[in-house]
Amino acid sequence: MSLIWIVGLVFFLAFLAPFIDKRLGKVSGYLYALLPAALFVLLIRLLPAIIDRHFIVRSIDWFPLLHVRLSFYLDGLSLLFGLLITGMGTLVLIYSGYYMQHYPMRGRFYFYILLFMGAMLGLVLANNLITLFVFWEITSFSSFLLIGFNHERPEARAAALQALLITGFGGLAMLAGFVLLGNVGGSYELTDLLQNGAVVKSSKMYVPLVLLIMVGAFTKSAQFPFHFWLPGAMEAPTPVSAYLHSATMVKAGIYLLARLQPILGGTDLWQFSLGLAGAMTMLVGAYFAFTQTDLKKILAYTTISALGMLVLLVGMGTELAITAMVIFLIVHSLYKGALFMIAGAIDKTVGTRDIRHLGGMWPVMPIAAVATFLTLFSMAGLPPFLGFIGKEVIYDAKVQAPQIAVYLAILAVTANIFMVAVAFLFGHGVFFGKRKDPPKIPKEPAIPLLIGPAVLSVTSLFMGIYPAIITQPLVMPAIDAVNASPVDLHMKLWHGLNLVFLLSVITITLGLTLFFFRKRATKALRKFNQRYFKIEFTDLFRRLVENFLSFTKRHTEVVQHGYHRFYLMLIFIVSSLLVWYQLYHTRGWGFQANWEEIPFYLLGISLLIITSAIGAVFTRSRLVAIVLLGVIGYAMAFIFILYGAVDVAITLILVETLILVLFVMVIYHLPGYMPKYSRPASRIRDGVIAIVFGGFMTALVLKAEFIKLSPPISDYFLKEAFTKGHGRNIVNVILVDFRGLDTMGETVVLVIAAIGVISLLKLKPKKKEEEE
Amino acid sequence: MENLLMLPLVLPVLAAIVSLFAKNSLNFRKASGVFFTLAQLVVAVVILVKVYRDGILVLHVGSWPAPFGITLVADMFSAIMLFFAGLIGFTVSVYALGLMDERRLKFHFYLLFNILLLGVNGAFITGDVFNLYVWFEVMLIASFVLITLGGERKQLEGAVKYVTINMVSSMLFLAAAGLLYGKMGTLNMADLAMKLQNDPSSNLVASSAMLFFIAFGIKAAVFPFFFWLPASYHTPPVAVTALFAGLLTKVGVYAMIRFFTLFFIPLGGIWKELFLITGGLTMLIGVFTAASQYDIRRILSFHIISQIGYMIMGLGFFTPLGIAGAIYYMGHNIVAKTNTFMVGGMVSKLKGTFELKSIGGLYKTKPYLALLFIIPAFALAGVPPLSGFFGKFILVKAGFDSHHFFVTGISLFVGLITLFSMIKIWNEGFWKKQPEEADEVVNYAEKKVGFALVFPSVVLALFSIGMGVAVGFFFDFCMTAAQQLLEPSAYINAVLGK
Repeated sequence: MSLIWIVGLVFFLAFLAPFIDKRLGKVSGYLYALLPAALFVLLIRLLPAIIDRHFIVRSIDWFPLLHVRLSFYLDGLSLLFGLLITGMGTLVLIYSGYYMQHYPMRGRFYFYILLFMGAMLGLVLANNLITLFVFWEITSFSSFLLIGFNHERPEARAAALQALLITGFGGLAMLAGFVLLGNVGGSYELTDLLQNGAVVKSSKMYVPLVLLIMVGAFTKSAQFPFHFWLPGAMEAPTPVSAYLHSATMVKAGIYLLARLQPILGGTDLWQFSLGLAGAMTMLVGAYFAFTQTDLKKILAYTTISALGMLVLLVGMGTELAITAMVIFLIVHSLYKGALFMIAGAIDKTVGTRDIRHLGGMWPVMPIAAVATFLTLFSMAGLPPFLGFIGKEVIYDAKVQAPQIAVYLAILAVTANIFMVAVAFLFGHGVFFGKRKDPPKIPKEPAIPLLIGPAVLSVTSLFMGIYPAIITQPLVMPAIDAVNASPVDLHMKLWHGLNLVFLLSVITITLGLTLFFFRKRATKALRKFNQRYFKIEFTDLFRRLVENFLSFTKRHTEVVQHGYHRFYLMLIFIVSSLLVWYQLYHTRGWGFQANWEEIPFYLLGISLLIITSAIGAVFTRSRLVAIVLLGVIGYAMAFIFILYGAVDVAITLILVETLILVLFVMVIYHLPGYMPKYSRPASRIRDGVIAIVFGGFMTALVLKAEFIKLSPPISDYFLKEAFTKGHGRNIVNVILVDFRGLDTMGETVVLVIAAIGVISLLKLKPKKKEEEE
Repeated sequence: MENLLMLPLVLPVLAAIVSLFAKNSLNFRKASGVFFTLAQLVVAVVILVKVYRDGILVLHVGSWPAPFGITLVADMFSAIMLFFAGLIGFTVSVYALGLMDERRLKFHFYLLFNILLLGVNGAFITGDVFNLYVWFEVMLIASFVLITLGGERKQLEGAVKYVTINMVSSMLFLAAAGLLYGKMGTLNMADLAMKLQNDPSSNLVASSAMLFFIAFGIKAAVFPFFFWLPASYHTPPVAVTALFAGLLTKVGVYAMIRFFTLFFIPLGGIWKELFLITGGLTMLIGVFTAASQYDIRRILSFHIISQIGYMIMGLGFFTPLGIAGAIYYMGHNIVAKTNTFMVGGMVSKLKGTFELKSIGGLYKTKPYLALLFIIPAFALAGVPPLSGFFGKFILVKAGFDSHHFFVTGISLFVGLITLFSMIKIWNEGFWKKQPEEADEVVNYAEKKVGFALVFPSVVLALFSIGMGVAVGFFFDFCMTAAQQLLEPSAYINAVLGK
């Protein structure tokens, strides 16, 4: 079956989900799990081909002009992610079947989560960068809709917006990076780019494109300093946290970095940036997890820490580091998904997930307790769990890393000490100690809520004891894909007594110590946080948005202030500047007026016009001003007569007379003299603007007068008006025949103006509307 | 067959005449108003197909040969724009059936509507500078009367600002046309292009070009000439705003692209830089001013400005991809923007207000309305696989290809702020609980949106999806248009018959 169908089927089910839900009610949740389960089996069946390096490529054209193809590619890495997505998806959907059964808008929930599943599968299977980006963005938006699922809570809305803006910001940077990468590498197809790594790395666009793509990956995978949206995302219903915000979506950034490692990796920039971001994230996450009290927040911060670890490992890029990355990826998805589901199950049955109100649940919910402890051991990296192997390989990779080995090992150990402590804190806080005052009477969570954790913890145990079942078919092909060369790997629980084992022992001992002194430690750390670490990133972000808004608000009032005269003034000023600039730019046209050819009466009329204009500006009497304006109009008409355009002159005289009469009628109701409305300063300002604007018009007209680039077409009208237009009055022929369409248009303008006048007079608003 | 080009002008005029004669039958006026817009859409589709298949269509009105008479020309660019004008004309006219009050409908609403389309259609297909001026006037007067129609105080206030600033544009346009005629002796576009191409001193028309830039810039609402738009667009009934938002500013952009590809940019000078700077500032100022608004119509209005910036930027790249991207973006924006206004209108019909602070709860009570909103809103914000994403992607690609990194970066950043504004409407209007103190507002508002409101919005939403999913198909038209624009000889030969 084609890869396109895998993605398409999930989308199809997503769109059907609301309707299925309407028909089948609350059982529908379990039903949806069948699809990812089937796809999981399907992908398993593709394993042998992948192990033999028969990678699958399928593509159809989408936007050929810009080389966007709907192309898909299945190798070890995408297969591993595909299994994670479908496998976890199956468990999460079963879990949701119970968890979400009484939620309103259940249909929409399944729509969003299936939409996400389809997009996430598309993301890891895509071979074309732009197609990958399309799926990438869809995961961001389905995440947004799911975080805000309890949409009447302001916190949920704010968290959804925050997550979307941060991942959206990263997405835009990444798009820019992809376009650059496509330009440099000559293709958007990953399979082509994998051949062109050297070309990309030597290009001068390498630095910007790597940084842009990194921003995209870091925002998605919650790397410091973009990490804070992830704890906020805990507003989403728990199945979402388990699925999107620990097992799959937040790993999209890791996936991308691992995928691009053979193309972009290996440079100092790559190693340094990923190393720095990863290490910071790892420490910040582990540290803050320790002082949390909400179970989901604890898990969110440990997820951040784990993501940091993964980025760090990708950045190191050695064979061992990539091995560690792949194993830890599996480990983390298994235990973190399970823990989220348990946190949700406890929340559902007990009514709280605040660790301060929990405790002593062990006797009432033994199954949950066993599942929890199995996963926590894996998280803490205790043998014989897969988590132990994961941690061992990580230490191994770090110890063997060149140069900076010591620092990296110290960082990793520090982070892991906190992890161990947090794991015990979590388990102890919920199941042991004194029982506090939970809102509901505790009992064993319902079976569907426990299926997921049980399956995951047993898997983790099983894989820890028999690591061979995943090394050959799963881990090696994935490493192969990242390193682009086959590797030989043997994983086992017991590595012998060496430095790495020693580090493991130190980690667990110190972690337990920290756990035993938890009360004093948390108190001290909280105090320390209060004093030195008071940065609340969410607050910072909120303040940033608020400052932006108040900035734009002030700014809007400056721009769109509502004073009409200033709008016009600005338009005139800018226009004048632009035109004067252009006049200056194309200067050099000759200005050769032959003053002697201009008849004296024309000079006289011009003088009359100028003095009237000046007089109209300075007079205080309304009547005088209007009469002077009339003089200007009639004088202009006279000029037209002098040049033989009698009909234009007649029209102008008619219009001038009409305006004069109208004006006189209007001022009849006004006082005869105008008071001074404006201050001298603004009058001078207006005068300057008027002169500058009028000045360029004059200059332009003079320029047009002296530049004749080609003969006018009007000779044709003179010649043909009678012969072809059958009229003696050329102007008439032009108006009704040569350019009849213009006349028709202008006639329409008049009709509409008339309708407008009538509507203003007749169509008055009703009282109510006026008040509005 | 060339006479086909007359139909986009004849049909609306016919609609107006019929409407004037059907004095007392409101239903007849409604039916004929919608019928004629549908007819225009059909004609536009026929023209688009024909131009795509057979090349540029030319009609010499009255059989007066170019450059002496008026020539109507439809190349791909014109045909595409004509199509979108038809689409918006038809959908908004249906929408108006469900939203416009009877008083306005009786008072020649559909007549004015069709005449506005006459101006828009005319502007898109004329091949003559002065004739373009005439169509601008037709548009201006029709839109002015549509803004004032109903005579509410705020409508008149908005209309005054609208008309005075646009009159400045008309004045500058007329001056520029006159000056150009004075220098060149012709106003036929193809003739102008040919004469300017062959003239060594043709950069002397640059000052007229600057006047055109300002005149069209005011029409297109670019920085710093946009003030009329936010001052007036929120005042008339939303069906009117939806029509304006889709089409009016785009006519300015159309004219800008037409003039500067055909005559002015090839002459050299600072034009490309001017477009890039203007485009960048327009994008920024639009989103910044929108961010702090709380009235749905005002948010959307400011975003019109911002998105004009993208088109101007595409013109500034002046590569086939850049111009094709600008055209694609125009089409996308016309559809999505009109649709967001339509949904805004439905919200206000349900809630009695456009003010986000007193709206809420629509996600719960009206899920399909939420869906109808999120499609055009996400399209505007550039979310894949909707049309806006590809518009953005094409322009980014064009920008990087032509090494304009800075302004392209701005365009991406602006996309993020656009997303913020759209999510604001979503969070406040749809997700938030209905604020209780606003209950009295809700009570008198009608509670249902009818088929007439939903149908056009669905059509446009499907179009936003289609333009994204089938981007290859749609962009093919835009690319052909851009190639014709950058190789004006085909246009010139088609008009002048050489």
